[in-house]
Amino acid sequence: MTRVVLAASLFFSVLLSLACVQKGGNATTADTGNTIRVGVYGDTTGATSSFGVSTKNGIDLAFSEINAAGGINGKKLEMVFEDDQGTPEKAKTVISKLINQDKVVAVLGEVASSNSLAAAPVAQEAKIPMITPSSTNPKVTEVGDYISRVCFIDPFQGSVMAKFAVNTLKAKTAAVLGDNSSDYSKGLTQFFEQEFTKLGGTVITKQTYAQKDQDFKAQLTQMRDQKPDVIYIPGYYGEVAIIARQARELGMNQPLLGGDGWDSPELWKLGGDALKNAYISNHYSADNPAPEIQNFVKNYTAKFGVGPDSLAALAYDAAKVLADAIKRAGGTDSVKLKDAINSTKGFAGVTGTITLDASRNAVKPAVALELTPAQSKFTFKETIYPEGMTPPTATANTNTAGDSNTTAGGNTNTTSNVNSNATR
Amino acid sequence: MDTFVQQLINGLTIGSIYALIALGYTMVYGILRLINFAHGDIYMVGAYAGFMLAVALGFSGEPSAFGFVVTLVGAMAIAAALGMAIERFAYRPVRKFSKMTTLITAIGMSLLIEYLFIFIFSPTPRSFPQLLPVGSITLFGNATISTSQILIFVVSLLLMGLLQWIIFKTKVGKAMRAVSFNLNSAKLMGINTDFVIAFTFALGSALAAAGGVLTAQYNPKIDPLMGIMTGLKAFVAAVLGGIGNIPGAVLGGLLIGAAETLVVGYGGYVGIPSTYRDAVAFAILIVVLLVRPAGLLGSNIQEKV
Amino acid sequence: MTSWVKSIIFAAVAIAVLYVLNAMMSASGFFGVGVNDYQGRLLVFIALNIILATSLNLINGFTGQFSIGHAGFMAVGAYASAYFSNTYGERIVESLSFLGETGSTSVVLLIAVAIGAFVAALMGLIVGIPSLRLKGDYLAIVTLGFAEIIRIVILNIDAVGGATGYQVPGYANFLWIGIFTIITVLVIHNIVKSDTGRALISIREDELAAEAMGVNTTRYKVTSFVIGSAFAGIAGVLFAHYNKFLHTNDFQFIRSFEIIIMIVIGGMGSMTGAILGAIIVTLLPEVLRQLPDIQVGAAVFKFSDLRLVIFALILILTMIVRPQGILGTMEIGGFFKRFRRADKNTGGLK
Repeated sequence: MTRVVLAASLFFSVLLSLACVQKGGNATTADTGNTIRVGVYGDTTGATSSFGVSTKNGIDLAFSEINAAGGINGKKLEMVFEDDQGTPEKAKTVISKLINQDKVVAVLGEVASSNSLAAAPVAQEAKIPMITPSSTNPKVTEVGDYISRVCFIDPFQGSVMAKFAVNTLKAKTAAVLGDNSSDYSKGLTQFFEQEFTKLGGTVITKQTYAQKDQDFKAQLTQMRDQKPDVIYIPGYYGEVAIIARQARELGMNQPLLGGDGWDSPELWKLGGDALKNAYISNHYSADNPAPEIQNFVKNYTAKFGVGPDSLAALAYDAAKVLADAIKRAGGTDSVKLKDAINSTKGFAGVTGTITLDASRNAVKPAVALELTPAQSKFTFKETIYPEGMTPPTATANTNTAGDSNTTAGGNTNTTSNVNSNATR
Repeated sequence: MDTFVQQLINGLTIGSIYALIALGYTMVYGILRLINFAHGDIYMVGAYAGFMLAVALGFSGEPSAFGFVVTLVGAMAIAAALGMAIERFAYRPVRKFSKMTTLITAIGMSLLIEYLFIFIFSPTPRSFPQLLPVGSITLFGNATISTSQILIFVVSLLLMGLLQWIIFKTKVGKAMRAVSFNLNSAKLMGINTDFVIAFTFALGSALAAAGGVLTAQYNPKIDPLMGIMTGLKAFVAAVLGGIGNIPGAVLGGLLIGAAETLVVGYGGYVGIPSTYRDAVAFAILIVVLLVRPAGLLGSNIQEKV
Repeated sequence: MTSWVKSIIFAAVAIAVLYVLNAMMSASGFFGVGVNDYQGRLLVFIALNIILATSLNLINGFTGQFSIGHAGFMAVGAYASAYFSNTYGERIVESLSFLGETGSTSVVLLIAVAIGAFVAALMGLIVGIPSLRLKGDYLAIVTLGFAEIIRIVILNIDAVGGATGYQVPGYANFLWIGIFTIITVLVIHNIVKSDTGRALISIREDELAAEAMGVNTTRYKVTSFVIGSAFAGIAGVLFAHYNKFLHTNDFQFIRSFEIIIMIVIGGMGSMTGAILGAIIVTLLPEVLRQLPDIQVGAAVFKFSDLRLVIFALILILTMIVRPQGILGTMEIGGFFKRFRRADKNTGGLK
């Protein structure tokens, strides 16, 4: 008897829960009336929440600009945001909610590749296009034809800095200090090492840290004895600024190299003068005088009170690419929308000219920037093109934002960076 | 040799911070047998309080000793008030119930503080202003010590001395010892146990806040989740030293700080990559507890029948 | 009716109900009635959390040990079985193709469950043996430490994905997860009712007295630890093969805390309490996503941004208002009155 009661209570509970869940499902179809619902998911309460907030803000800005300009074909874009707390399991749950409950027409998100990898199959199965603004692991878009991205992939960005280190800085030896808990950092480490070794250099020591670590002196002290020519730190600004500081305190004055994760107005405040003699690869240079970039920086700062980081810029572009695709598809039919996104070509975004290749990765050149902490700004050094992409001729790209530096023959513009005005 | 000394200095620096936070864990545990999981978050609140004070009072522009002391003391006072409030409104109502109930309340409090701070301050890391001039001194060879490291050593030593004085030389300290010995007997002896418990929370929280401000001088990045891992390791330090034992907490903190750094520095030679840093604290703890089940300095109390 | 007839009837009914639920989750639904993928996912997580909560309840609620590292055992089971499925799964499915796709993948899943349970049980034994020397909070921190070490070690093994995450074939459907949930609940229920269960409860009530009465406390404590870990491992296996993706971020210590919250909020030492707790802790954060936005002038205040703050507040208030959990040590329906404790005021443990 007890067993039956126990079983009954179990089923009762399950059915009860089912009822609870269904109560939440008050979804209306997304494309009725005057709004187009777009799902956005990201981490706003977990370990990577600062990235999620930037991403959300970037999309928010793009949508409000588009809506202010009259929307798409008379319809307004509406962002439905869900927090995934930075865990792949929740990422999968919330993307499922966005698609099945909120009936969004497309999804934008995640920053961390692991979360995108977990969530992407849901979008692929439901045939809802998903654009990830900043997941760099090549595997993400391999999930299927509904998944695309607007950022570099790890193999390209990792090799960019290796080339820069060997060709421009004439480095023979390098040390790498990577974030072992971040897929992004591990990817860059791997491809930096590969390219650096191919070009005749040696990676003499590889050390790692974990996100939220407070102290890096142990790793740095170990590196100091090996006297590398350059130190590659593929991490995010919060940690790298402290690493730079602690490296300089230990008397290590080698050039520091990094990736787009460094790009944030907070970097200057956190790192200060320690950021002298440092170079990063990025999608764009925030002091680029191109109006797209300057307007973006100005509007973002006005709206959110802080300057944009690279994640915000990428999210902004992802939202604009999606909006452009909806316009070209003439509606939100998922197959047409997917095809429109995948055929994005020469889209002039803030982070460069975005063209999606056959595997739905953005192909765009990277810029190498030098850090000038005295003015809190990045100074343009050179543009590095991906293999197979020829540097465009001067006439062909005068209208594109990312390359206007090249045509200007190196950036000598020293107008003070809007970023430095950012207040908390 | 100079590398080794350098690593030791690095390790003892973070060890001192762990020790300051561990003191709060151990005092609260000694009196209430409560693992105050929100303690790591109070360390974070301390750092934020210092940040707000320094910005509001305009100390961020020019480094001055006065500014530092005001910020430090102010942050400690704010954290102490918060610690007392948490005790009064969350822990006191559940004090007489089971260990699990108090544990869940503490976990809930920890989540509450974290998410509230994320909501209020956004999760973006802030840079803590430099309140004292920075620089580093070369000891010998390559071994250097930065002013912020010296500051951490000096201030934490002072605070630990102060704590020792409060506990062993003042009346309230005597009451704390009595309560930790036996709460009910102390009550029967006329000690206001509620006050003593609140005072203990205030003291522990103030020390954690000091740890927060000092860390922020060494590593000027503060964010709402900075207390999770640091707090956990400080808790491990407290258990390692023998929870409830004050010198044990300091010893545990310094040991864990040094061990972590040495593993990162030299682990590579014996096949332990630096990524195992966070596992080291726990591994040491487990090994020590297997040999000494009550921690390094803890006394193993026999259960009475 | 004889008991085995009842058992068969019960099994048939259970499988029929699970089959209907499983069908409702498919794209076409059960005769047109269906739940969508999101709702189905939540049902699965409820089931998985029931396995986790009841198994932890055996250790914490009935034996009175203080384990706060349950996610570690779950991770071990998940990764061990995922490694097996990725390495051998496809080959086994191919060689068993005569069973059809459902049949052959189910065989792989069952082997994976056996492996996951075994490895997690082994880990439970390794953690359980030192636990004999430690009491209360010392045991708690050791279990937490083990769970963190397990997580960090897995993060550093590139063969199982490291920081990128690990893709797993999706062999588990709701039918299997439901069957294992029922098996877990029944097995733990029967253990608690058996002689072993009496011995475990006696350890909870008074370890010294139990020992004096001739209960081999050491053996029973390890037994409960190993059984609890094995079921956590099973939950891990099912999670891996349902979610199709594993990452160490899903096994942080906050996960262990969640499981403890389930058993404490439901009532320590109550089977139905643990089930209730699992349902509440799974659904509450999702229900809070539906909180309305309030328009104040031009600004829109989003209550859903505060959902985790509200969740934490509810947690604290529940503990203050009902320190012994929603059900205390009672069961829904009061059928297990004999387990009810004489001293209600103490809540779960003293």
